[in-house]
Amino acid sequence: MRYFLGKIGLFLLTLWAAVTVNFILPRMMPGSPADAAIAKLAQNGPVTPALRASIEAQLGVPKGNLLSQYFQYLNNVIHLNFGVSYSNFPANVSDLVGAALPWTITLVGVVTILSFVIGTVLGAVMAWKRGSAVDATGSVGSSFLSAFPPFWLALMLLYFLGYVTGLFPTSGSYSASAVPEFSASFFGDALYHAILPGLTILITSLGGWIMGMRNTMISTLGDDYVTFAEANGLHQGTVMLKYAARNALLPNLTSFGLVLGGVVGGSLLVEQVFNYPGVGLLLFQAVTNQDYPLMQALFLMITVSVLIANFIVDLLYGVLDPRTRR
Amino acid sequence: MTSTSQTPASDAPKHGNKPQKIAKHNSDNALVRGLKVAGRGIATVWSVPKARFGIILLSLIILSAIFAPLISPYDPKATGFEAGANPTMDHWLGTTANGQDVLSQLIWGGRISVLVALVGGLLSTCIAVIVGLSWGYIRSFFGEFIGFIVNLFLVIPSLPLMIVVAAYLQNGGMGVIILVIVLTGWAWGSRVLRSQTQSLRSRDFVTAASFSGDSSPRVIFHEIFPNMLSLIINNFFGAATAAALAEAGLEFLGLGDSTTVSWGTMIYWAQNNNVLLTGQWALLLAPGLMIALLAVSMTFINFGVDRLSNPRLREGSSR
Repeated sequence: MRYFLGKIGLFLLTLWAAVTVNFILPRMMPGSPADAAIAKLAQNGPVTPALRASIEAQLGVPKGNLLSQYFQYLNNVIHLNFGVSYSNFPANVSDLVGAALPWTITLVGVVTILSFVIGTVLGAVMAWKRGSAVDATGSVGSSFLSAFPPFWLALMLLYFLGYVTGLFPTSGSYSASAVPEFSASFFGDALYHAILPGLTILITSLGGWIMGMRNTMISTLGDDYVTFAEANGLHQGTVMLKYAARNALLPNLTSFGLVLGGVVGGSLLVEQVFNYPGVGLLLFQAVTNQDYPLMQALFLMITVSVLIANFIVDLLYGVLDPRTRR
Repeated sequence: MTSTSQTPASDAPKHGNKPQKIAKHNSDNALVRGLKVAGRGIATVWSVPKARFGIILLSLIILSAIFAPLISPYDPKATGFEAGANPTMDHWLGTTANGQDVLSQLIWGGRISVLVALVGGLLSTCIAVIVGLSWGYIRSFFGEFIGFIVNLFLVIPSLPLMIVVAAYLQNGGMGVIILVIVLTGWAWGSRVLRSQTQSLRSRDFVTAASFSGDSSPRVIFHEIFPNMLSLIINNFFGAATAAALAEAGLEFLGLGDSTTVSWGTMIYWAQNNNVLLTGQWALLLAPGLMIALLAVSMTFINFGVDRLSNPRLREGSSR
């Protein structure tokens, strides 16, 4: 119990720190985001004094001391009030994020799980057959795959499979003619658009899982209990799956949790290439348009969800591996 | 390899109990011994075929970056050529939409990418070493505090952090890129180095050194540090690979200085000039492939370094 209480305390402390970093970060940087923002808003029409005041309040332009700004910020965060986006005025930041989130979670989430499962299985097989041709080819292959810059692979796939052969759509998450609805044809269309971005993320992330699993499992294969299991004459498959692979899985679960939490951040580079309307593309647009409220909200959301995922993995870890509780 | 003309006595200089008098003599021996160890280490890494390939590849990339003025056929920024030309005998990889020679850009572009990778990797490794070793060695509230900071940096997603910081510090050029790469890259290494420090801390030679009155920094950097060198080198190449990929990504997004010639900005301009539509795909393929080769070469060297730091990973060894 003490273990879990400690974890909860640490989680709350880290959460507070992350929220605070998000408050401090814009204030540490040169120039005032508010001036840039107001200049941007002025292009869309006259800025009313009320709007100006609300923007200044949101960004903490000298209104009260730093401490009162901070509490105002905390209050806004708790009420999920992230203000108005500058680049998509007058849309609410929360609405923009809400529209982008489903696309990212489905695409990046599914591909991440797929990649973890495939990578772990391949890594386990390679570790079991280490030193063989399978292992050698797999190691070289996966280090090549993870060395590809994701955006470059995306561009290559886009060119050869999108433009040259015309097999796949080149942009967006569904056809212009399709209407978003719960129908088989729309899902088919969305899936069709998700293949190229999904493939890119899968290829570039697979290598990491393969090598992670392979290396930890080679370590567990050298442990005494594995030798003992083999000496007892257990079936090879049992030794591989229930003894070596099962124990090697634990450390990889931690990184899987972190990556899964990061899913809401989307895959910025890939989404940008395929013009896929996810959170990553939204963050990119926020950055290029100096849309500070959107940027702050997205960064906070991504950080908090990684924190929560990490917290859940920590708790699970305590259940799965009782040794860590001590 | 270093000489073998060493006296037997110098083979056993113990760190722990040395009077001041022989300190200088001792450091000479330490140098010879260090070179010997380094030689053996390089030989071990070299004996792994993959690592050998990586070393050769990385050397070629670095050499071509250093000698760019000699080997590149044209000035990379000269715009006088026919714009958007396909590969010809004069321009092996064609020309850009602004009429620059792509091959020359490719050769010159390596300078920035290699520099950012090496400097970024080196700086984040330095921070990782300082933080990781002291965090692992010091058992006090301060250690807990460092741990908290490291964990905070570990959970903050690095690409969004990089992009947000780069956006706040607009158009800062290469310095900013290196800064954000280091800012997001040091935490993982310090965690790895910390756990190794913790396991070394309880070894006899460390206990002996601290009992004989050596200060904590001395124990950390004279006793523990040399024993972790392979892990640190491993961390360096890992961090440098990540730095190369991160730099390319940031420049591709246009967050770097787009007027410099680097592999990342080449891809940025290629996409901005819609080479996918004009069919000049070599403009994308070539710089991307170079980034991939740079990353691959360092990953492959790490296969060899792994052999030093974790004997269980030795390839071909069977149980």
